Amino acid sequence: MANPTDYLLAVEGLTVSFDGFKAVNDLSFYVDANEIHVIIGPNGAGKTTVLDLICGRTRASGGSIKFRNKELTAMKEHQIVKAGVGRKFQNPSIYDDLTVFENLEISFPRGRTVFGALAFKRDAEVRDRVAEIAEMIFLSDHLDQRAEYLSHGQKQWLEIGMLLIQDPELLMLDEPVAGMSVNERKKTAELLNRIIQNRSVLVIEHDMKFVEDIAHRVTVLHQGKILSEGSMERVKNDPKVVEVYLGH
Amino acid sequence: MKKTAIQSGSPFRVTGEMTGVLLLALFIVVVLPLGLDTFRLNMVGKYLTYAFVALGLVLCWGSAGILSLGQGIFFGLGGYCMAMFLKLEASSPEATKIQSTPGIPDFMDWNQLTALPWFWEPFHSLTFSVVAVVAVPALLAFVVGLAMFKRRVGGVYFAIITQAFAAILTILIVGQQGYTGGINGITDLRTLKGWDIRTDEAKLVLYFVNAALLIGCILLCLYVRHSKLGRILVALRDKEDRVRFSGYDVANFKIFVFCFAAALSAVGGAMFTLQVGFMSPSFVGIVPSIEMVIYCAVGGRLSLLGAVYGTLLVNWAKTLLSESFPELWLFAMGALFIGVVMVFPNGLAGLYQQHLAPHLKRALSRGRPGVAAPAATIIPPHTAAD
Repeated sequence: MANPTDYLLAVEGLTVSFDGFKAVNDLSFYVDANEIHVIIGPNGAGKTTVLDLICGRTRASGGSIKFRNKELTAMKEHQIVKAGVGRKFQNPSIYDDLTVFENLEISFPRGRTVFGALAFKRDAEVRDRVAEIAEMIFLSDHLDQRAEYLSHGQKQWLEIGMLLIQDPELLMLDEPVAGMSVNERKKTAELLNRIIQNRSVLVIEHDMKFVEDIAHRVTVLHQGKILSEGSMERVKNDPKVVEVYLGH
Repeated sequence: MKKTAIQSGSPFRVTGEMTGVLLLALFIVVVLPLGLDTFRLNMVGKYLTYAFVALGLVLCWGSAGILSLGQGIFFGLGGYCMAMFLKLEASSPEATKIQSTPGIPDFMDWNQLTALPWFWEPFHSLTFSVVAVVAVPALLAFVVGLAMFKRRVGGVYFAIITQAFAAILTILIVGQQGYTGGINGITDLRTLKGWDIRTDEAKLVLYFVNAALLIGCILLCLYVRHSKLGRILVALRDKEDRVRFSGYDVANFKIFVFCFAAALSAVGGAMFTLQVGFMSPSFVGIVPSIEMVIYCAVGGRLSLLGAVYGTLLVNWAKTLLSESFPELWLFAMGALFIGVVMVFPNGLAGLYQQHLAPHLKRALSRGRPGVAAPAATIIPPHTAAD
């Protein structure tokens, strides 16, 4: 087995307990560069908590998370973002009162300090990059629209776009196709397949068809522990997984 | 790709805002001085000093969603810094030779102090005092902001803590009579570098200085709002976590806007001292702080100009009512606040934007056939009118 430090993301012995309840228990897994890693599992398995731990929203009780050999557990949220980890939330998390353009602009990785933001200029570089991303997320015609008025699927795309403009090395997506129409789902799969080039992606998803389409490797979580890991083919035929999750 | 209004810096909205600022400037600088006698004009000048606080609240509360119920602290500190300078000038050894210790402010003498306290010394200098007017409140806001926002204290808890600070500062000022003038405040201010500020002529000049400062502060606020920082404030009011996970240290932005609002309030406080001729703890505590929030709410907490008009209107109503029915004012104030919260949450500016602005725009664009009617785009009440 390769030295863990070769991995882009190495999670080892990760544990977090809320009032004695171990939501994540001694969890270890690795994400390679350019790998699409999907986490599946029943409700309450600790999937979202794992993403929360990686991006610094929740503090670990034990264990380590190394991103390019940098320990993330000691860093603040915005430092983790600057290190190259982007996170999409489960419910579309966008700024309702701002336009699509402004939503994307805020995520543009420049002028992130107070005075940097005061002096920030909306120059050609920003405009071009926003236009490029908007094209990718099918929102070119909505740039001046307030984000509030977008459809649910468009909001999900917008948030994905806000991450893309940051250009993170590791992109974490929490149920990116949940609540989408069939048509939107297809477009999202197409979008994800395009944006995962040259970066690693960690996805939580319930939609098995979707997982099968994109996953390089699948980790099945159950009660905060790993139940099974490997290719989709392998996981699907694992009797333990069939019993607790895929079922019937 | 088509270049749209917003991407090119929204020329339409910017012109609209500049027209608004110009109209306000005309109203304050030309209409009011022509229409009012010196006594009334001085009163409007006093009201306008509260407008500085309201401007700060528009950014802090309206944009960033941080409700401070302690802006009186900063208004008061700014005012006290100015008052300390003026008091020292009024307490020259010749003017105070009947005191047991000549050369110190009268209230110190009454409280058996025999020397000027160390922290009063630098206020002999006008330059220091003017810097202190802004720096002292901003520094306090920085310390409070650092302690609160880095620990992610927000919302109601923050509001309550600011209120507690307002109470503490009032008690401190009242209790330390010998150093602060106590409950009476610092009174009997006479001259600024030898220029008598009590004459009608001086009051007129100060009114215009105040008006110019107010317009300047509005322009400064507009700059902040139109910068990316302004949009980040709105973003973090909505979705703080999303801003944090977009690589921003959210606390720093909150600290900035809180300090900025404090500095604006302080300028108002200093101008209050100059125009009214005294400063006392009754402008520091909880009640004045909440009244200032009401000015902002009535005008529209999302609109800079609305906040100024709101301040003028509420204070004008207050004076009118308390001149004829003094006991009614408090009830009217309460009713006003309930009305704003229940009926028109975006204040006067919201009402204007919803009911008046569409008609105005239609009327204006009818006159210019070449211009595509911008009224077609929906501008919701709470982003516009600033």
